[in-house]
Amino acid sequence: MADNVAVAIIGSGPAGLSAAGHAAEAGLSHVLLEKMPHASDTIFKYQKGKYVMATPDILPLRSPFRFQAGAREEVLGAWDEDLAKHKVNVRYKAEVTRVKGKKGAFEISLTDGSKLTAENVILSIGLQGNLRKLDCPGAADAPHVQYQLDDPDEYEGETVVVIGAGDAAIENAVALSKQNTVLIVNRRDEFARAKQGNLDAVTAAIEKGVIQGYFNTAPVKVTPGTITLRTPEGEAEIKCDRIIARLGAIPPRQFVESCGVKFPNDNPASLPEVSRHYESNVEGLYIIGALGGYPLIKQAMNQGYEVIEFIRGNRELKPADEPLLEEKIKILPGVSVDAFLKRVRDNVPLFRELNTLLLRELMLDSEVRTPKPGEAIFTRNDYSNTFYTIVDGQVAIEVNPNDPTEVVLLGKGEFFGEMGLISGRRRTATIKAHSDCVLLETNRRSMIKLINSVEEVRRVMDQTAIARQIQTYLAPRLAKDDLADVLASAQAQHFMEGETLFNEGEIGDSVHLIRRGSVTVSRRIGGRDIVLSYVAAGNYVGEMALLSDAPRSATVRAAINHTETIRIEGQAFKRLMSRSEALRKEVEQKFGDRIQQNERMANAPEVGSIIQFLVDQGASEATDILLIDEALCVRCDNCEKACAESHDGISRLNREAGPTFANVHVPTSCRHCEHPHCMTDCPPDAIHRRPNGEVFIDDSCIGCGNCQRNCPYGVIQLAVRPPGKPSILNWLLFGAGPGPGQDKSAHPHGQKKAVKCDMCSGIEGGPACVRGCPTGAAIRVNPERFLSLATLGQR
Amino acid sequence: MNESVLVYRGFLYLKVATLLMLAAIVAYAVDRPLGMPNGGTWLGYGLGSIGAALILWLMWFGMRKRSYGPGKWRLEGWLSAHVYLGLSLIVIATLHSGFQFGWNVHTLAYVLMMLVIASGVFGVFVYLRYPALMTENRRGLTLTDILAQIAELDVECREQVMTLGDEINRTVLEASQNTRVGGGVLRQLSGRAPDCATARALKRVRELGDSIGSEGAEHVRRLIALLTRKDELLGRARRDVQIKAMLDIWLYVHVPLTFALIAALVAHVISVFFYW
Repeated sequence: MADNVAVAIIGSGPAGLSAAGHAAEAGLSHVLLEKMPHASDTIFKYQKGKYVMATPDILPLRSPFRFQAGAREEVLGAWDEDLAKHKVNVRYKAEVTRVKGKKGAFEISLTDGSKLTAENVILSIGLQGNLRKLDCPGAADAPHVQYQLDDPDEYEGETVVVIGAGDAAIENAVALSKQNTVLIVNRRDEFARAKQGNLDAVTAAIEKGVIQGYFNTAPVKVTPGTITLRTPEGEAEIKCDRIIARLGAIPPRQFVESCGVKFPNDNPASLPEVSRHYESNVEGLYIIGALGGYPLIKQAMNQGYEVIEFIRGNRELKPADEPLLEEKIKILPGVSVDAFLKRVRDNVPLFRELNTLLLRELMLDSEVRTPKPGEAIFTRNDYSNTFYTIVDGQVAIEVNPNDPTEVVLLGKGEFFGEMGLISGRRRTATIKAHSDCVLLETNRRSMIKLINSVEEVRRVMDQTAIARQIQTYLAPRLAKDDLADVLASAQAQHFMEGETLFNEGEIGDSVHLIRRGSVTVSRRIGGRDIVLSYVAAGNYVGEMALLSDAPRSATVRAAINHTETIRIEGQAFKRLMSRSEALRKEVEQKFGDRIQQNERMANAPEVGSIIQFLVDQGASEATDILLIDEALCVRCDNCEKACAESHDGISRLNREAGPTFANVHVPTSCRHCEHPHCMTDCPPDAIHRRPNGEVFIDDSCIGCGNCQRNCPYGVIQLAVRPPGKPSILNWLLFGAGPGPGQDKSAHPHGQKKAVKCDMCSGIEGGPACVRGCPTGAAIRVNPERFLSLATLGQR
Repeated sequence: MNESVLVYRGFLYLKVATLLMLAAIVAYAVDRPLGMPNGGTWLGYGLGSIGAALILWLMWFGMRKRSYGPGKWRLEGWLSAHVYLGLSLIVIATLHSGFQFGWNVHTLAYVLMMLVIASGVFGVFVYLRYPALMTENRRGLTLTDILAQIAELDVECREQVMTLGDEINRTVLEASQNTRVGGGVLRQLSGRAPDCATARALKRVRELGDSIGSEGAEHVRRLIALLTRKDELLGRARRDVQIKAMLDIWLYVHVPLTFALIAALVAHVISVFFYW
């Protein structure tokens, strides 16, 4: 028998390193086993210079090892130093083949034949050591198949087939497409798992033909220099220089099971279950890190520390985020964190299915609010987009803007604010506390993450949202019971830009309530599509054919990607009208308005063309867009100067760039989108939206450029803040500042950060570009109001 | 879609200026000074002070448009007021003079002021007329785009003439090297280039084309098309430069004349008080 230690740690990723470090620090006999000749192989294999994030930012680090966001090399360097500093007993090239035994006497066998015994075992092997392999004939020994990509710039002029639908596959494909011919193969018909930014990038690349996309396609055979794909049109053999399969990583199930650990089900991606103390079903065998369900570096490192504490007998150790949560619930005197979490879970059905980890994470991104009765939580037309759940008490929704006494009450366990989350638009009602309340206010990003990752939350939210939207937009005065059959037929539908909701001449069997995005209504006149109107979220279309029992009189198209509607069956809608006199009147009224507007527009096709032009420029997803009337613009560029003078010398708008149609010019400047593309993938979460709609970037920007790439309108630039301007006398007499013979200190230096229009927030008087325009050519408008006949017809 | 400077806030400053002028006219009509009406009466001093104050305030616009600080102002409002109150000076200063003109520094100040106003009126005219013409002329392109297209056409022209003999080659090369857009003030304002190397080359290529055999004819036809397109783009580029020049040039008169006016005004005021 060789060595015996109190704890053997298998795998030297962040979790294992931290555990070993803490064991060494605590004087516990230990050994850290790593199969590679270096520590932390997953991060070692990151692309060179890759920026390693330290999310969640607010979570404190609890580890003898240092860790902060930075380049891959810095992170690894610090860990190597710490390994030496703490005198960690680490054995490299020590691959474990078997673990057997029980608490107090585990026997660990290594590939070199040696054995050692341990009282406790910590499995921190992660998932990346077990990449999912291409499973088709010939793939196993083909020399041109690889499962990782270190540096995409190494390859040039090759034909590369990328297989996979996740972020890694897309990132590789997009990076390689710069100097190679790239095909991306996806088993399904869309990239459902990818981050929004990557999804947009790959969709755009496929549309432009930069990458060839093969959907519903599977690899069937690999031979040297080729791959055979089964596409919906049949099998095709493709010549290629390289195949990169990014199929994700799965638990090394065979090995883990051989240790006696059980998995909850047969899904190859499922993870073993562990207790609150990270102990598996085998007593004395602990699982931490990605294999235990904690994929983030900081969480894994904290677990390493905690698991050693548990092994040392400290069973009462609180999680690292405990003080943060305590701080959050300080507003409720005498309530402990555990008691509050239990209360949330007991009272709020929406969160009942969340495990403790997810609930704590959600709490970290939320605030506890205790408004007094009568206090406003948010106000109609605010642009705030947080989500509220009622832990205790009641709130009152003021459903009628003209009569604040007309309210609908929501009680314990219900939630509100989801409409803004879905539509990205202003709040549709004022909500006040009705009794003493305890509310949980969660930020938009965490909520979206939760919706996307927990199916149950998504389902409940969607159901409730449809009911609320129908109630808010169609029948505010009807009770929920009266809506039952409408709800039964209601169905959420999703459209990409240009897709039709229905076509002119079709039978009108349904009404669409637009809940996200917007649509254009057009009719074919003289062989040409003439846009008749623009309809924004919160309105319905399709009622005309229904009322007159005639075919559809116009074609309705989504004006923007990810437009969502609630489709209501015609018969159900008619029954609803028969029950609600107010709705019937309103629909009749709107019907009349539409007939009038459509006839006017049919005779003013130039106005329709301007609407179409602005919709093509993406105005339909804007909340506030800068337009220049070129009939008045004298090209003095005072707007740009005013912008630069108001913002550290960098103009956030380019007047001359951008398209023009019939004197309407759309300069390159932020439109403050309803669902900002820039916000979709901001690692430090530095992009926010204020209640008045403006989207701004705060100082935590790390200059990664994701927002710049994600913005389809090119309005974000990465710039270094230039030094302040000297006074005119200093400039004139002493040569300070920029100019001929300039002094060197006047050059901009420092880190590049993203800058964009912030609507001159905090500057009295509003946007400087508009105030600074001497001729009144520049205006900032809300497209919904602007794109109406009333406004455009006056031209 | 937007309000121009003239109609700003329902002609607010037109109304203000009209009131000011009416008040001045009524005062002048009812005033019975000793002797001839002139700048030395109480009304004369009053109108003179208002006029001088207005001139200083109008000049302040140059500072105003360069200060971008916070506040509820809109530069358009300031410009609207600048235009109408500037025009009201015609009435106020004329009544201040009591219609006494002569070959002296006082009348010099008056004449300079009228020239400043006239150049300003011209400025309003070009600001209202030319922006739309500029958009129309550009047809969705920027000047940079147009110049880039011209440069591309140059390259294509030279490809076509490779096999076509020395004289055509020389002509086309000269067209790409010696064609100018813009130039001196007069050239910019005229919007034309009578000696344009491209126009010359087009003419010459058509002449020479007749003598070129059938094997080169296709190249010549393409060359003619390319040169015509380039000539057309050059016309638009020059028109663009011309319009921009029109939008800018009047300020080169308006501002220096204003400073001359200030000098004359100071002389006028000092001399009046000196000889009082």
